[in-house]
Amino acid sequence: MISTMVAARVSPSRVGAVMNRNVGALRSGPSYWLVLLSGFFEPVLYLLSIGIGVGALVGDLTLPSGRVVEYAVFVAPAMLAVSAMSGALSETTFNFFFKMKYSKTFDAILATPVKPFEIALGELAWAMVRSSVYTIAFLMVMVALGLTSPGWALAALPATLLVGLAFGGVGMAISTLMRGWQDFDMLTTGQFALFLFSGTFSPVQDYPVAMEIVVWLTPLYHAVELVRGLAIGELSWGLLGNAAYLLVMMALGLTFAARRIQRTLCV
Amino acid sequence: MVHPTVAVLERNLALYRRLWLASAFSSFVLPVLFLVSIGIGVGGYVGTIGGVDYLAWIVPGVMASTAFQMAIGESTYSVLGDFRWVRAYHAMRATPVEVRDMVAGWLLYILIRVEIAAIVFLGITALFGALHSPWAVLTPVIAALVAMSAAAPVMAFAASIEHDSYFALLFRFVMIPSTLFAGVFFPVDQLPQLVRPLAYLSPLWHGVELSRAATLGVAAPWPIWAHAGYLLLCCAAGLTWAIAAFRKRLQD
Amino acid sequence: MPEQPLIHARALVKRFGDFTAVDGIDLDVAPGEAFGFLGPNGAGKSSTMRMISCVSMPTSGELRILGMDPVREGPKIRARLGVCPQLDNLDPDLSVRENLTTYARYFGLSKAESRRRADELLEFAQLQDKAGSQVEPLSGGMKRRLTIARSLVNEPDLVLLDEPTTGLDPQARHLLWERLFRLKQRGTTLVLTTHYMDEAEQLCDRLVVMDGGRIVAEGSPRSLIQTYSTPEVVELRFADGVDYAGKLEGIGRVDPLPDRILLYADDGDAAVSEVHRRGLTPSSVLVRRSSLEDVFLQLTGRTLVD
Repeated sequence: MISTMVAARVSPSRVGAVMNRNVGALRSGPSYWLVLLSGFFEPVLYLLSIGIGVGALVGDLTLPSGRVVEYAVFVAPAMLAVSAMSGALSETTFNFFFKMKYSKTFDAILATPVKPFEIALGELAWAMVRSSVYTIAFLMVMVALGLTSPGWALAALPATLLVGLAFGGVGMAISTLMRGWQDFDMLTTGQFALFLFSGTFSPVQDYPVAMEIVVWLTPLYHAVELVRGLAIGELSWGLLGNAAYLLVMMALGLTFAARRIQRTLCV
Repeated sequence: MVHPTVAVLERNLALYRRLWLASAFSSFVLPVLFLVSIGIGVGGYVGTIGGVDYLAWIVPGVMASTAFQMAIGESTYSVLGDFRWVRAYHAMRATPVEVRDMVAGWLLYILIRVEIAAIVFLGITALFGALHSPWAVLTPVIAALVAMSAAAPVMAFAASIEHDSYFALLFRFVMIPSTLFAGVFFPVDQLPQLVRPLAYLSPLWHGVELSRAATLGVAAPWPIWAHAGYLLLCCAAGLTWAIAAFRKRLQD
Repeated sequence: MPEQPLIHARALVKRFGDFTAVDGIDLDVAPGEAFGFLGPNGAGKSSTMRMISCVSMPTSGELRILGMDPVREGPKIRARLGVCPQLDNLDPDLSVRENLTTYARYFGLSKAESRRRADELLEFAQLQDKAGSQVEPLSGGMKRRLTIARSLVNEPDLVLLDEPTTGLDPQARHLLWERLFRLKQRGTTLVLTTHYMDEAEQLCDRLVVMDGGRIVAEGSPRSLIQTYSTPEVVELRFADGVDYAGKLEGIGRVDPLPDRILLYADDGDAAVSEVHRRGLTPSSVLVRRSSLEDVFLQLTGRTLVD
């Protein structure tokens, strides 16, 4: 997930060189499935460390509605949203970029009657498979730890899918703009900043007002709010706004990605 | 005449000159963002721990874990790449440079990177008012020990594998659990008895406790010599392994 | 012996597990010589080269490089060798010039001296206008020239070149040969491996032909051709699949290859007249000078490049 990417981002051109030669072989790599599987553990580890470990120091937290919950209950849905985001982004950025620039997969596909928008949708569908495997597993962990009920977990599931779709769409759009592996650095940077400051670890109401406004504009905040509202059963009209934000983000991302695929590849 | 180890170090620094900007984020900005989000954001709800505010409590931990993560991150793709694709070590092997120079040249490079990051971080945290003891000036030395005890075995590992996807496993199953559970964010006493020895095994925990003792001016859980001794032991073992792994990789 | 040989090997063996790469070879290379190992892939040339460059230890036998023992005095020997490996191992993220200067530092040269030699070698490699560019975008020929230039940075007594022109296009090869020839003229001792006979003929004063880890012949290109071949060779191709080898008997030695028949003769044109006199009508006829390729074929029954 994110910290893995942060750790891996050493010298971009070298990692890039490694990636160039290896992403193709990734699927046949000795531990590809293990790597894929291990992607699920990272948010769980964060949940255990910050949610439960630091949570023991924090004690309880009062939500804006006045309801008092354990700190882990507050953090878990945020980790769930992050998990959905990074599952979708890793497939639609790194892997998508490789397919577009290096393996020329799309050139081959576009030689058939398939249209650019259909490629974008197809890629997104695959990203969603990976993203939802992670989120379903994470929801089961939350239920097992008593951080949500099975009913609310089911309610949160479609929300995580929407989060995956929204970030997947934007991820693809970003990939079409990437010039090289170096640019992924900025993406990772942005992703990590979102991870730390989207109401994930503490309520945004605590942030200074200026910062709160900035955060209010960023996508992970809406993802966290929506998933958290459903996972802990704090329903409000605001959730519809969060969902609308994500829907628009998905639509814009997909349209833009399709247009860029058209422009870069169909010339 | 320039020592071959220094020549290797110079080569690594020459490469870094081209890449420093890209790494500035993980070395300088990231740890500070972490402090703000967790130390100040979550810290507001924690109140005090061990008599100090939460921010002051995690500062030494974040410092040690930054050194730890940098040391690991830097010693993975770069080292494997220099064997597999760049073949830089094969080039060195044809010169008077010996394996010990290659290993030492890399570790010195890591050391310089970590020390710069540690000193900058120390300065920033002093501005936050998070340093409570003059012993804090020792934290860059502790960061150096942590970095060496992590970089040496990781570069040995990088020299022993063929496929870079093993690094993802190293990050997920060693580096991140260490960062999250080795006393950086909460005391290891809170861990279940069963997994606590795992934290003791991690060099990071010893570094965190030493750094915390230094910045807060308190006693460490174990005697200082035990923590420092364990770190030195890790360095020595890692160094031996790294030299053996490099030698094996460069054989025939 | 008037001068001590730079390379001295007796019964030199290299084994990897059960596989014997080098199977007991003897050789001496004198100062100022251009010496070649000719043979197909897997003949043991590169294994021999790696032992000479002191990065691989002999399994058994005697080996002295520059009069020293490679096992005990590796770094001291390597300080006086120039090695150009088969696979380029330049630093792609460093500039062309930095590749030379960082490498010079491995030999303990001062910064000023490293810069001076880098300038000199950039000129030698005809890469002055690429000095500041990174290595990655250079052509294969330029990278090779840079690797060779880099191997000269310590002003070595002995330069080892492992397959210096493999993978290059003809133009790049000729440019490289010209540079190596210049080195040779300066009196630099060159040892190279190749599976190209034209390269061996162009560059080597003396060479050994290797096959299956053994030396099967030794001498100058000219003497090898004289000993193992005839001055001229006629290459005949026939359109039909009939076996003509028998019908050529008595004209000269006949070597039937899958796609053509080689006919060894002192006088090629006379041999061709004889072929026509016998009423044979080859679809193509080529008379050429004999080459090391023919020597190799005669010695091993196989062609060099398949």
